[in-house]
Amino acid sequence: MNASILTNVVDSLPQFQGYVYPNERTLHPLWSVLIVVYPYVTGLVAGAFIMASLVRVFKVKTLEPIYRLALLTALAFMLCATLPLLCHLGHPERCFEIMMTPHFSSPMAMFGFVYAWYLMAVLLLELWFDYRRDFVEWSNTQSGLRGLIYRAFTLGVTDLSEPAVRLDARMGRIISIVGIPSAFLLHGYVGFIFGSIKANPWWGNVLMPIIFILSAVVSGMALCVFAYMFLCWARRVTADMRCLDLMTSFLFYALVIDATIEGLDWLHRLYSAEEGIDVLRFVATSKLFYTLLLGQLCLGTLVPFLLLGSMQLFRRKVGDLNRRRVYFSSAALILAGVLAMRWNVVIGGQLFSKSLRGFMSYKMEFAGSEGWLLSAGLIALPFVILTVLIKYFLAQDLPTLENVVPGAARTQEPPEAPI
Amino acid sequence: MSENVTRRGVLKTLAGIVGGIMAMPAARTCKAAVQNGLASSHAPPGYDPFQHKWLMALDVDRCIGCGMCVEACCQENSVPEGHWRTWIERYVITKPKPGSGETRGETVVDSPDGGRKGFGAELVPKEDILKSFFVPKLCNLCENSPCTQVCPVGATFEAPDGAVLVDKNYCIGCGFCVQACPYGCRFFNPETRTADKCNLCYHRITKGLKPACVEICPSQARIFGDLKNPVPDDPLQKFISSNKVEALKKFLGTGPRVAYAGLDEEVR
Repeated sequence: MNASILTNVVDSLPQFQGYVYPNERTLHPLWSVLIVVYPYVTGLVAGAFIMASLVRVFKVKTLEPIYRLALLTALAFMLCATLPLLCHLGHPERCFEIMMTPHFSSPMAMFGFVYAWYLMAVLLLELWFDYRRDFVEWSNTQSGLRGLIYRAFTLGVTDLSEPAVRLDARMGRIISIVGIPSAFLLHGYVGFIFGSIKANPWWGNVLMPIIFILSAVVSGMALCVFAYMFLCWARRVTADMRCLDLMTSFLFYALVIDATIEGLDWLHRLYSAEEGIDVLRFVATSKLFYTLLLGQLCLGTLVPFLLLGSMQLFRRKVGDLNRRRVYFSSAALILAGVLAMRWNVVIGGQLFSKSLRGFMSYKMEFAGSEGWLLSAGLIALPFVILTVLIKYFLAQDLPTLENVVPGAARTQEPPEAPI
Repeated sequence: MSENVTRRGVLKTLAGIVGGIMAMPAARTCKAAVQNGLASSHAPPGYDPFQHKWLMALDVDRCIGCGMCVEACCQENSVPEGHWRTWIERYVITKPKPGSGETRGETVVDSPDGGRKGFGAELVPKEDILKSFFVPKLCNLCENSPCTQVCPVGATFEAPDGAVLVDKNYCIGCGFCVQACPYGCRFFNPETRTADKCNLCYHRITKGLKPACVEICPSQARIFGDLKNPVPDDPLQKFISSNKVEALKKFLGTGPRVAYAGLDEEVR
């Protein structure tokens, strides 16, 4: 009864205001919530990889406890990055045409190559070089399915001599160095998919790829903080506070840079006041009030900015437990804020007509191929994969070798006391 | 594990696999280039697209908003309900408020059902209307069409004869081209699950017929012709020479070719 009343109320809300081109008068925007999930997941990959690179390339030793976790997080999300796109395609069975007969002037076609490069040549190779030595060890000590998996992952290379291990470390570092521009390229291209659409004043913007990259770095770092703290909680171990303090410092500075560039984008839009600015202003302040002003700006940016900023100033005066609480809530808020940012870009760009004379509304479905249930599933799936990856490759009961090779991170912090 | 397996060997194999995968797109691109030359586009055998250059022109002052062109297009091309390959917009510009210092008042635009059944009563009282007119819309046949630029597989392309076509057997249905068209001319066809748009009735024009909308227009507001093969007293050439013509959203650099006469600045 209540549901039917609610449905009627929702249906009676005006879906179109003003003049909207007839082809834009569709029940849902063409790119719906699945396309919101796609850049979100891809961004988390890029950000988590940058976090891992801080250890490998920039040799930030304090962050070593999260090196492998960050890489596995990047892998888990990378494996799911194209799923929302695939689910959205009219003909998913033709998806390989993007790679087989690419149209080189299309940002989407290029994304296929960047994705393949990043997954196969960067992420998997770096993980393999980092893990090979452990795989060999574990394949000798573990039996059953686990042993079989580790043995398979050694790819038959069981040489554990010192030069071989040193080569692993060197290769890992080289791939990391290549990986940083690759991560930027990966997510920059996602931004360019939107930035290249000059028909849409909300999207067609030279800063769009930059904004996407920066928000990706922020969200990926927040995810690493979130995942690390969650893992420590689940394992009943105390998180390494030095590592957390430094992670959140990087997160804070990345957030400042990201917010500055996004602010600059809006400042430029408002100051240059090109055709359509009134439409954009209306969309931002009215249609996207909750997700843009409240979600992205207040909860996703200002609150974490104040929380993390105050931790930079008063870190020594705040106890570990309270610091952890602040870090965890900041990371969660940033993750939600960046999701809101993706929503604002993707959906916001389709809430006004290209005639610049009217507005559309988006009533998201619950189930169905474009519903939020599938989207929530697609966001949850990488976490499931990550859990499996952690179980097999970051397990506490697996013996790991001490730091033989400088720069290569090894074990999680030993258990101390529950949070 | 065999001792013959070395890291160098494994890396070589991996490099071979990656190289093979990388080489495949190049091979497929060559294949696609050959296929493109033989692409099916509803054109009858013997039709040479290089020998024609089609263009549509629209006389805004002649359009009476009867909607027959829209109806003809929908029937000729089996356009799914709620989607439009061509449509008509009605513009009503009100008088400015006395003492406002403006040249015109509010602009009200509508296109009920794409104008398919014509237009009902005026949107504002007659005495408040400064001017009112109808604008037929269709694919603008852009020279630098953003829709073909962004297609990830090249399923939509500019034919040498000026038509912008979609190969529905090749389109993956990503919707990128729909987003890229600034004119709202493209739509996602729910039946074929691919992008769809006006193709100038390619199955007709390649047989020497006119597009359905041009054929049926009672007021000759739509003028269609072949720039490479002008007929004696060619209506298209006559239209271009006797009118000051304009195109839509030229500032976007898409090079729209469809020529409009009598266009008001309010039309987007």
